[in-house]
This record gives sequence, structure tokens and C-alpha cells, in this order.
Amino acid sequence: MTDILLLAFLFLVAGVIAVPIASRLGLGSVLGYLLAGIALSPILTQLEVDVVAIQHFAEFGVVMMLFLVGLELEPKLLWEMRARLLGLGGLQVTVTMALIMAVAMLFGQPWSYALAIGMIFALSSTAIVLQTLTEKGLMKSDGGRASFQVLLFEDIAVIPMLAFLPLLAVPELADIAQYFNSVDPSSEAAGGDDGGMSLVEGLPGWQRAIVTVGAIAFVVVVGSVLTRPLFRFIAIARLRELFVAVALLGVVGIALLMMLVGLSPALGTFLAGVVLANSEYRHELESNVDPFKGLLLGLFFITVGAAINFNLLFNNLGQIVGLTLGMMAIKAGVVYVLSLIFSIRGADRWLFTLGLAQAGEFGFVLLSFTVANGVLPEPLADRLLLVVALSMLLTPALFIVFDKLVAPRFATAQTRDADEIDEKGSVIIAGHGRFGGVVNRILSSAGFKTVVLDYQSEQLERLRAFGIKVFFGDATRPDMLHAAGIDEASMLVITIDDKDQATELVHYVHSNHPHVYIVVRAIDRHHVYDLWAAGARDIIRENFDSSVRAGRSALEALGMHPFDAELQTRAFVAHDQKQMRDMADVYDPDIPAHENEEYVQRTKAFIDSYADVMRGNSQAFGARIDRAWSPPTLADVVAEEKEDAECRQEDAAAADRSATGFDESPETA
Amino acid sequence: MARVLIYYAHPGHKHSHVNRVMARAAREVEGITFIDLYEEYPRFGIDCDREQQRLRDHDVIVFQFPMFWYSTPSLIKEWEDIVLEHGFAYGAGGDKLDGKRMLLAITAAGSADAYTVDGYQHFPIRTFLTPLEQTARLCNMIFAPPYVLYGSLRAPDEGVVEPHVDGYVRLIEAIRDDRYDYETAGADGTVSFDALPIRGGN
Repeated sequence: MTDILLLAFLFLVAGVIAVPIASRLGLGSVLGYLLAGIALSPILTQLEVDVVAIQHFAEFGVVMMLFLVGLELEPKLLWEMRARLLGLGGLQVTVTMALIMAVAMLFGQPWSYALAIGMIFALSSTAIVLQTLTEKGLMKSDGGRASFQVLLFEDIAVIPMLAFLPLLAVPELADIAQYFNSVDPSSEAAGGDDGGMSLVEGLPGWQRAIVTVGAIAFVVVVGSVLTRPLFRFIAIARLRELFVAVALLGVVGIALLMMLVGLSPALGTFLAGVVLANSEYRHELESNVDPFKGLLLGLFFITVGAAINFNLLFNNLGQIVGLTLGMMAIKAGVVYVLSLIFSIRGADRWLFTLGLAQAGEFGFVLLSFTVANGVLPEPLADRLLLVVALSMLLTPALFIVFDKLVAPRFATAQTRDADEIDEKGSVIIAGHGRFGGVVNRILSSAGFKTVVLDYQSEQLERLRAFGIKVFFGDATRPDMLHAAGIDEASMLVITIDDKDQATELVHYVHSNHPHVYIVVRAIDRHHVYDLWAAGARDIIRENFDSSVRAGRSALEALGMHPFDAELQTRAFVAHDQKQMRDMADVYDPDIPAHENEEYVQRTKAFIDSYADVMRGNSQAFGARIDRAWSPPTLADVVAEEKEDAECRQEDAAAADRSATGFDESPETA
Repeated sequence: MARVLIYYAHPGHKHSHVNRVMARAAREVEGITFIDLYEEYPRFGIDCDREQQRLRDHDVIVFQFPMFWYSTPSLIKEWEDIVLEHGFAYGAGGDKLDGKRMLLAITAAGSADAYTVDGYQHFPIRTFLTPLEQTARLCNMIFAPPYVLYGSLRAPDEGVVEPHVDGYVRLIEAIRDDRYDYETAGADGTVSFDALPIRGGN
């Protein structure tokens, strides 16, 4: 127990210190974790911690990441990218493999070793690349998409590779492999389909195929059919952690099923993600899985850093660095040529080229698998491991090169992309009751993109039936807001029922996302003051407009001319709003209203002014109505006409004078 | 029988000494349509289709209003902007008002003297009404000489409210019964209660 806590403590401390520093220096979180791992490695060696075993566990972060990527990708989009996925990904894997194999044979390696090395190096790091692209907001760029397509293909390609590698086994290494199999179960688990449990072991090929297809179909069907009832079922308990548990259960369950049938767990969860991309629970799932993914990936990067064998590295520095750079040059070269063929242009081409130049975590998996199966000798595998780790360590540096040298050069050429960003500036509506629903209908009908969040699942399903896109989730949770796109949103409309939660939400968004315009519904007068204090400036009182209308309707029914009733209520609204603003200044949320001396005084003054209005001797708001369209008095008219008459007499006198020539000026004379 | 439609517009209805009484009397005339625009559209949301149908259903359109700043109250301007559509009132296919008559029944605070070149309003009252006159012409309507009460603020004191209102009712009835002579007008191009051009005796 203490061991686990101590380890957790060490990893957390390293991450918490290193990542903010790295981010501040502009190096990105991945390099921060890697450096934290390097710093941690002497201590871990001292404690005799099995870093590799932890790494295998942490690789589950990649599985979660692909689930999240799948959630962002609707089936339609996936289908649209099929040509690139197969073309770009397929060519990258096979060409890189062939080139590296050729180079390795030139260095005198036997062909079986060379082929295994080719496979190991061909696979790039999904973890580093996707994490960095997401962090930099480049996932939606052309280069980001191409990178993702290649990485997804690699995740699929790893399955046949695992099936093929044992065939390359060299007889004299087999004994050692036997030994490994008996002492190191972790390497077996890492191997995936040769683990202890398998549904397909010993089955003939066609049955194996049926089981595999069946498993995928199972994931798709469960994802699209069972999610809704399941979430409805647990929504009854109204416990936040239950949603987290279900989300994790889903990801873990799918990963397990995939491993049982010998498929990539990452691929399985990715598929599940795609199936759920249209679901109303998408943002909820996203926000629940996201922290786990982040922590596991962080742990994974730390272990990569910690697993670097510095003794071996420094003893063979020239060789290993040379191999690393050579391997990266080949990979970058292949990707660059592909970007020419697939016409990926400008900054995107460089992002694509520099981003995929490393070997990745699947390299680790394949390496331990090759050693276990007697494909590669251990000393060679150890060096290759260093090459893989070093290339991963260098990747953040390449991203920095991209940021500092490449992107600025293409900055002007990319202004065309601005449209896409505009499109993202959507409106988040928190709460889709009767109130939020109207707001949503108005905004949608005007063509604005809205993301609606609501916490009542029965309501959601009704709305879905009518084709209204609503997502399940509690908008008061920052992670949920994040998943709904608060970073890119231009506006948040808050119509949730709970007063205090609405206030808190205003406070949070106002201070953390100042670019977001907030429209908020207030339940009552004091809530208005609370919201004002929290930073909201566009506050709509829930019942105010309708009660004003009711008042106006009553005035009309009592025989008042409809236009007078309109003026009367308009003046009332103006007066009431002014009074609200005055009172907001003296209202203090920490003092009950009736104990707030100044508040009480002003309220009394307001009531008095109101009574004046009723008696008709007010200057407050009755005056505003009475002034409008009132004609001048008769006295005014008489005075004006008198003035006019005098003017005319003077004019006449002047005309007389000019007629006598008295006033003629010398020039005209 | 001419079908008469009266549009009445006065935002300060309750301050009114003359128009309110005129409106009350006109409402009582049989066989005509009387619309208080501010009553029907207190929030200016004019129903274009309904108004166009009203225009189709009538032959003589009367606008009754007090002169505000040498023009109509703002709601009448809004009504024009919304209702007199291209293709309905003017332009290609805009023949729905052809041959209908427009008559203004207005009150002005200034005296008849004020509305002369020498007076403080400087222009004859018909000059201020040219936008409406041209509106009628563009819509192929026939613009009739307006029924005017000058010095409306003095009217109660001078005892002319009653004759003016009475003249208004007689005018509406004469139009309704086709006994009104649209051609005749006073020297300043207006008609008043003491010289109504009604055929067959008053």
C-alpha cells in the first residue's frame, strides 16, 4: 500500500512540477512529462520499480485517447476519409518498413531482423502526436487530419504485425524466449493476443474471422442501442461518479473484448467512440474519460523518460544518436513524399512531416514481443528501445521547430482558414426547459449553431425525437463546459433552474472565459443582484416580461386605450429597471436584505415614489408618459403668435424704410 | 354607395380636444369602417396582409390625424412603409389602388394665417402635405382636397369643435352616399366645415 502511494506521489510530484514549467517555456506538456521521467529515473532505479510494467498499464491512456478522438468523429466523416486513411496510412507503413529494412540489411543485419526493425520503426507515436496536436489546436488542420489518418492506420496495422512476427523467430533465440515467457508475464500481457485469455486461440481461420466481425458488430450495436437505456437507468441515481464509472466501464469493457478476440483495443474504443459521436451523451462521456486519459498519458510519457537506460546510451552515444537521426530522417522523408502525392500544402506539409518522424509506443510493444518470441536478440532490442525512446524525446523539439520556424513563414497564407474558426464560435445553452428551449429555437431558426446541455434524460429523448440536438450533461461542471466547446464558444445562455448554480456558473465563466458573452435567466430580484455581483450584465428576469404583459392586458381590458396601456407599461419597465440598477449597488449578498440599512431605505423611497405615481403627482414615471405627444398650452400658442405678429410689424416697418430709400446702403446706391 | 375606410392615428389620444371627439363621432357613422391605428397596433407590428385586404375592400381611404412636425404621426408612416408594397400599390402589377380616393382629415395648431408665405409656418399647408399627395398619385389614387381645422388649440375656446366634428360626420356620410364633390376646394386648396362641397343640400 505504501509502495503504491509512494509511487503515485513521486509521479504526481514530477508531473505537477515539470509540466507547468515546460508549458511556460513553450515546450508543451509532453516534453515536460518526458523530462520529469528522466529526472525521476535514478529514484525509480533505487526503488527497483518495474518501469516497463507501469508503462504497459499507462498505455491504456492511448486507448482512451482514441475513444475520445472517435467521439469527435462522426461516422460520416470517417467514411469520407477512407481513401486517405488507406492510401496515406498504407503507403506510410509499407514504404517506411521497406526502406528501414533495406537500410538495416545494408548494415549487415539478417533479413528477419531487418524486417522486424522495419515494423518497429514504421509505427509513430499516437500518444505524443495526438496529444500535442490537440494541445496546439491543430487537429482540424489538414496536416493534423493527415497525421491522424496515418496514426489510425498504424493502430490497425499493429494487429497483423503481432500475428506475423512470431513467424520470424530464429531457432537459437527460442530458448531464451521460453525463459522469458516463464518469468515475465508482463511482456505477455503487452503482446495482446498471446495473453492468458483468448476467445480465438485454436480456432480455425474462418471461425476466427466470424468471432472478430461479431465482436466489432457487438461494439457497434451496444454503442448505438444500449447507451441510452443504460444512461437513463443510472440517471435515476443522480450520482456524478456513476456516470464516470459507466464511461470507464465502457472503455475498459470494449478494450477487454477486443483483446480477447485479438484486435487492437485502441481500434475498438475508437469505433465505439465513432458510434457514440452522434449521441446526446457524447459530451458527458468526453468530460468523464478526459481526465483519466490525461493522467494515464502523462504517466506513460513519464515512464518513457524514466525507461531510458543512460548507461547504455552514453556508452554507445554516437551509434544510438546516429541510428535515431537516421531513422527519423527516413520516416520524415517518406511522409514528405507522401504529402507531395496527396497534395498536402504549406505549413500543413511540414506539420505532417515533422510530426510523424518518431517511432512510438507500439515500438515498445513490438520490441518486448519480438524478444519474447525470439525474433530479435536482447542486446539489439535494448539499443532499439533507446532509439525509439530518444526519437520520442526529440519529437516535442520538432514541434517547437515547426512553431518557431515553419508556422510563421506560412502565417499569411493561412488567413484563409479564418472562416473555419468563425464557424466554431457557437452558442452554448445551459438548460433546455421551457425557457432555454425558446432561446434555442430562436437562435437555431436564425441559423446560429447551438450546443444545448441538459441534465434530464427523459426530456432529452423527447427533444431528440423532434430532431433537436441536445446533449446530456451538467453545465455547471467546468470539464463539461470544456467538452461542449466553451473555449471556442462566443456566448453562453444560462437557463438552469438552480439559482446558486447559475450564479456560480456566471462567476466561473466570467472569470475564466472572459471572451464568452453571458445571457442569464434570473429567478427573482435578489438573484438579479447576485448575478450582477458575479459579473453578468445581460440578466433576464424569468417572469418579468410575462407579468408586464399580463398587467398591460389587464389595463386594456379595463378600458384603457391599448397604446396608452403600452406607454404605461413601458414607463413602468423603465422605472423598475432603473430602480433595480440603483438597488444592485447597495445589495450585499452576505447581508440579508432586511438587515441591510441602505437597501431598506432605498426600497422605502421607491415605494413612496410609487404611491406618488398612483396619486398622479409624481415626476418619476408618470411624467414620462404625460410628456409624450402633449401639445403646447393655449398660452404658449398665444405668446408665440404675439411674437410672430411683432416680428411681422418690424418687418413691415423695415420694408417701409427701405421703400423710402432710408436704409439703402451706399454700395447699391 | 362608396365604401369608406377611416384610419385614425393619434398617439396622444387622451390629450386631444378635437381629434378624439371626431373619432368618437366617426365611429358611430353607419356603413363605414373606422380603424384606430394606435389601438390596433400599439407596438407597431402592422399586419401587412390584413391592411392590404382592407384597402382592396374600400373605395375611399380617409386618414384622420393631427399634424406633427409638418407630417403624420409616426405610425402612419410605418403603415405606409409596410402596406404600400411594390407590386401591390405601385410598380409592376401594383394596380390594386387604381382609381381609389385618398382624403386627409387633419388638425393643425397654427392658424390659417400662419400657413402662408408671410406666416410663421412660411408655407401653405398643402405644401407640407405634398408627400402624401404624391404617394396617392404614385399609387394611381385620386387625392382629394384635405378637410382641415386650423388653430386647433383655440378650437374649444372659440366654440368650433362641435361644428368641425359635425362637418366631419356630414362629409363622411356624403362620401358614403356619393353626394360629395371632390373637385371643389377653398382658396388654400382645403375644405372646412363652413364650406363643405356637398351636393343636394347639406
